Amino acid sequence: MIWSDVTTDPIDPGTVLKRVGAPGDGAAALFVGMVRNSNEGRPVGGMEYEGYRDMARDQLAAIAAEAAQQADSDRVAVVHRLGELAIGEVSVAIAVSSPHRAEAFRAARYVIEEIKKRLPIWKRERYLDGEEVWLEGHLPVTGIEGTR
Amino acid sequence: MRVKVLLFAAHRELVGQADTVAALPEGATVEVLIAELKARGGGWARLPVRPAVAVNHKYAGSDTMLEDGDEVALIPPVAGG
Repeated sequence: MIWSDVTTDPIDPGTVLKRVGAPGDGAAALFVGMVRNSNEGRPVGGMEYEGYRDMARDQLAAIAAEAAQQADSDRVAVVHRLGELAIGEVSVAIAVSSPHRAEAFRAARYVIEEIKKRLPIWKRERYLDGEEVWLEGHLPVTGIEGTR
Repeated sequence: MRVKVLLFAAHRELVGQADTVAALPEGATVEVLIAELKARGGGWARLPVRPAVAVNHKYAGSDTMLEDGDEVALIPPVAGG
C-alpha cells in the first residue's frame, strides 16, 4: 500500500514502518528527519513548519507514487509534520520495503530529496538569541511554460 | 474574472495577509496577476517579479492562462524535510 500524509500530529516512525512490508520483502528502509539544535553553528531552540497543506498532500502522494514505481514496490509510506516542533521532534518519516535492500534505500532517498525540492513547506528557525528566520529553500521547478 | 491568491511564509509576512482576491481581465496569465499584485504597493511591491506559482495545487509557469475561480498560490523557495 502506498500511504502519505501531512499532519500537525506528532509522528511515530515505528507506526510508519509498520505500514510497509510484505511476505516477499527482504528489506525495509526507514528514514527519519528530526529538528536539530543548531544550524551553521548557531544554537536553535525550535522550528515552525508552515505548509500549503492541500497542495503538499497532493505533491507528497505523487512523490510516494513515483518512488514506488522506481522501486517496483507498492510499499511506500511517508508523513510530514507541520506546526511548532521542539528539538529532537520528528519532522518527516519515510518507510519503503522491497525484496532487496538497494531498491528500498534508493526509494527512501528519492522521497526525501523530492520533498526538499518541491513540497510546499517552509520552516522558520527560532534561534536561542531570539531571532527567527525563514530558512533559504529550493526554488521549485514549475513545469513547462504555458501548460495547464 | 476573479482568482483567489494564497501567500505563505516570507511572502505572507511581506504583505501582512495570507490571502486576497484579484480581479483580472479575461485571458490574464500568471504574469499579469503578479504585476497586478506588485502594483498594490507597500509590501506587495517587494514580492519577486517571477515567483514560483501553483494554480489549483499544481506548479505552473508564468504564461499559464488563468480562469475565473482559480486558486493561485505564490510559492516561496521550499524548505521541507
